[in-house]
Amino acid sequence: MKSLAELAAIRDKALGDVQVRTEKDGTRIVVGMATCGIAAGARPVLTAFLEEVAKRELKGVTVTQTGCIGVCRLEPIVEVYKPGEERVTYVKVTPDMVPKIVSQHIVNGSPVVENTIGYVENR
Amino acid sequence: MDLYRAHVLVCGGTGCHSGGSSDILASMETEIAKSGLDKEIKVVKTGCFGLCEVGPVVIVYPEGTFYSRVKVEDVPEIVSEHLLKGRKVERLIYKEHDKAGDQSLENISFYKSQVRIALRNCGVINPENIDEYIALDGYAALGKVLTEMKPQDVIETLKASGLRGRGGAGFPTGMKLQFCANVPGDEKYVVCNADEGDPGAFMDRSVLEGDPHAVLEAMAIEGYAIGAHTGYIYCRAEYPIAVKRLGIAIKQAKEYGLLGKNIFDSGFDFDIEVRLGAGAFVCGEETALIASIEGERGEPRPRPPFPANSGVFRKPTNVNNVETLANIPRIILKGADWFASMGTEKCKGTKVFALGGKINNTGLVEIPMGTTLREILFDIGGGIPNGKKFKAAQTGGPSGGCIPTEHLDTPIDYESLTAIGSMMGSGGLIVMDEDNCMVDVARFFLDFTVDESCGKCPPCRIGTKRMLEILERIVAGKGKPGDIEKLEELGAMIKEGALCGLGKTAPNPVLSTIKYFRHEYEAHINDKVCPAGHCKALKRYTILTEKCVGCSACAKVCPADAISGQIKSPYVIDQDKCIKCGACIEKCKFGAIEVK
Repeated sequence: MKSLAELAAIRDKALGDVQVRTEKDGTRIVVGMATCGIAAGARPVLTAFLEEVAKRELKGVTVTQTGCIGVCRLEPIVEVYKPGEERVTYVKVTPDMVPKIVSQHIVNGSPVVENTIGYVENR
Repeated sequence: MDLYRAHVLVCGGTGCHSGGSSDILASMETEIAKSGLDKEIKVVKTGCFGLCEVGPVVIVYPEGTFYSRVKVEDVPEIVSEHLLKGRKVERLIYKEHDKAGDQSLENISFYKSQVRIALRNCGVINPENIDEYIALDGYAALGKVLTEMKPQDVIETLKASGLRGRGGAGFPTGMKLQFCANVPGDEKYVVCNADEGDPGAFMDRSVLEGDPHAVLEAMAIEGYAIGAHTGYIYCRAEYPIAVKRLGIAIKQAKEYGLLGKNIFDSGFDFDIEVRLGAGAFVCGEETALIASIEGERGEPRPRPPFPANSGVFRKPTNVNNVETLANIPRIILKGADWFASMGTEKCKGTKVFALGGKINNTGLVEIPMGTTLREILFDIGGGIPNGKKFKAAQTGGPSGGCIPTEHLDTPIDYESLTAIGSMMGSGGLIVMDEDNCMVDVARFFLDFTVDESCGKCPPCRIGTKRMLEILERIVAGKGKPGDIEKLEELGAMIKEGALCGLGKTAPNPVLSTIKYFRHEYEAHINDKVCPAGHCKALKRYTILTEKCVGCSACAKVCPADAISGQIKSPYVIDQDKCIKCGACIEKCKFGAIEVK
């Protein structure tokens, strides 16, 4: 080890490895993975989120799963919790919607309205 | 780099390891791979979480779900339900006695009042992976010290923090370093005392097992402060997991150049070697420890000269305990003021205690100095099992004393514990309830010190042996008037005359139990009665004639043929023959045998 910069580089690289354990207030992407969600194709959606977050090397973002939210007919359902904001619920999510949700909402803070529950239900 | 959405932490501390956590770890990995989740879920072996009572422990992040008493058979269910479908396995979630389940780690009362500095990484990182330690600011303190601070700055910071030796004596750490730094010479040593010998204490073991790099980093920092280039960790061989992880940690640190030559291009060289102890309690005493490192017989020698002047190989040496060291990197990074803001006026920071004995939550807790014993035992420790009444707690192991109910609200620090006749010690905290006989407790601890006395000085070698003989006489029902006074006199002389800490503190358990439970001693000696009903020789088994139906079951099971009588009429126990084994009481279906 020759410099602090070298240590910082290892630190940044390794931080992603442990942040799932230490991150308390970051953004959470929660995928409904009950029987209804899985049947509707939630697993490819979950994997797509993981790939997208990894590709962009986003810090402070966790992807996790939950049980049935209750509106099984709208599965796969994905909810995004950002600190200090109201949660946003996306419905009938497919893997090809994922890059847009990540770039527009997670990174730039503007929800993809046309995929949210309010929009889809009132169409 | 793959992104893992969930981490499954399996405790690899000694407690959970002996509960089978290595099989759980292996099965977890297989099951996760079988479900095709191995790219998104990571399995990590960590150090001790502290709540050893309910081990083996498995924690799932990001939720922080706390699974307790997990068995290998439970693993497929955790994987298929929780990890795949997101449904927590309710039946395995740790539940507090009076609360509902579904609790995450930080909501459990065992953890809520704790402040974890020395244990900060235990149960959070994988101790066998240096990257995880670095991710949580590991080695940043060493980097800061070597690139921005002068050796004297390091010493001043530690002085200002108020950190004191966590091995028991509580000597200010900064001052100790100053003494060593002041001695001229270019060959000096840093020693980590990891010879944790108190029965019931396992704080140091958990730090070494759960966060070995913190100890290495702190030793390098101290080396820079005093001008030493070699460090020795003296660890007992009875800690195989700790020894193994230290070895891995030293190897990884050397590969990264965080130990070795020219660390951070500062021109500072530092290397660490591990020395194994053979399990002698006296080797926890620093001069005996140093002798043992040198390959000599582990016997203490008089001080002065202190190790700061003449230690390992007669060179200036700084000896610190594991827990003391584990605090140092945090103090460097967060500042002396931060550390000094916690604790009492004279004792800053936190202290780790190993809870054992008659307590619900056996395990490891770290609390700010000044917390009361009541909070530790009843809020964090969950109280006494089976609705029994608290009698006393022993701090400081065989060197300490007992704390009775009336002192439960004493804020814990070095001075307050000494004032009530006990001591901080390294942090073993053994809880006793109404069933424990205090005379027998004193006998137990003295038996330990007699066994471990090295024999060099007569007060300890002969004096403690004489005290033990008197105690054995008392618990056998053969105590004589004047025995208590004799114990007090002997105890005072041994404390005065013994050579090292082992002998000087050996009478403490006896003197403190006499101080607070003199009536129990008197009952044993004068009335030949053990008030707690513990001492076998003082028990008396009798058959209640009105309840006995004369079935002869007791007479058949008695190994000493002490019970006799006629079928269908009450039996009697011959007190001269009775060996007080209790076999009759277990056999009797009518509750006709009484023990007093």
